[in-house]
Amino acid sequence: MRPSLSAFLSGLVFAIGLGLAGMTDPANVLGFLDVAGDWDYRLAFVMGGAIAVHAALRRLIHQRARPLFAATFPTFSASKPDAKLLAGSALFGVGWGLGGYCPGPALTSLATGAVPLLVFVPAMFAGFYLAQVLQARGSRGATRAEVPRAGAAPAP
Amino acid sequence: MTSSILLPLLGGGLIGLSASLLLLANGRVAGISGVVGSLLAPVRGDIAWRVLFFAGLLAGGLLLAWLRPGAFPAPASPSAGGAWLLAGAGLLVGFGSRLGNGCTSGHGVCGISRGSVRSIAATLTFMATGVLTVFLVRHVL
Repeated sequence: MRPSLSAFLSGLVFAIGLGLAGMTDPANVLGFLDVAGDWDYRLAFVMGGAIAVHAALRRLIHQRARPLFAATFPTFSASKPDAKLLAGSALFGVGWGLGGYCPGPALTSLATGAVPLLVFVPAMFAGFYLAQVLQARGSRGATRAEVPRAGAAPAP
Repeated sequence: MTSSILLPLLGGGLIGLSASLLLLANGRVAGISGVVGSLLAPVRGDIAWRVLFFAGLLAGGLLLAWLRPGAFPAPASPSAGGAWLLAGAGLLVGFGSRLGNGCTSGHGVCGISRGSVRSIAATLTFMATGVLTVFLVRHVL
């Protein structure tokens, strides 16, 4: 297997998982978030299943010295939750509750060419872009060494 | 009950498997907002796998539409008001997930799987505001 194939396969399996799980229908997502109404608890098992599998497998994977096609495993911010993390997550949740789409299901559903996604996905990319512009501006005052290389820290 | 949670569990398991494959092979975190959002500020040598992951998502969407069309809502064109709402929702999802360094996948699945305090805080936050938003829209407004 080559790195391009593994990346493609990973995206493919991710999308099929989302579809089978019911995440690509916003009615399910909104029903899950509607705890005060006729709460649809099923989607809790999506995150539960994903975490169970990934938590177990990542332990095995990290017994290796390095990934198959990369020099190092990802590293993560060791800092405590900060205002940016919480504010961003709060805004994301509002958008999620309004539309019923988070990024993965939105991009998977884009393949159907359905009109709502032709509205939602470009707006989501505009949001990605705005956040990146804002953060680049915010870090411009910092010294060069403190500025993370763009794309170098894709991990949460 | 058991049958209604079987597919969510299976789908979730596949998501966990996908994230594990990307970590094992590419040494990357399967956080969709980061994987795809970083394409807007591309860095040489760090583009192909992102494009291919994105292509895989779209291919998976096509496969689902073909073999399991019920996975998607029935096609309908939103009203003008509905379209503005969707645009606002998309903007908030994109902006918020990038500012917060992750979405349901990056924080909710990958981050929680490694016990990250930041990801647990992020997930609790977006779950809370998502629940609050649906509550306001459905039961108050």
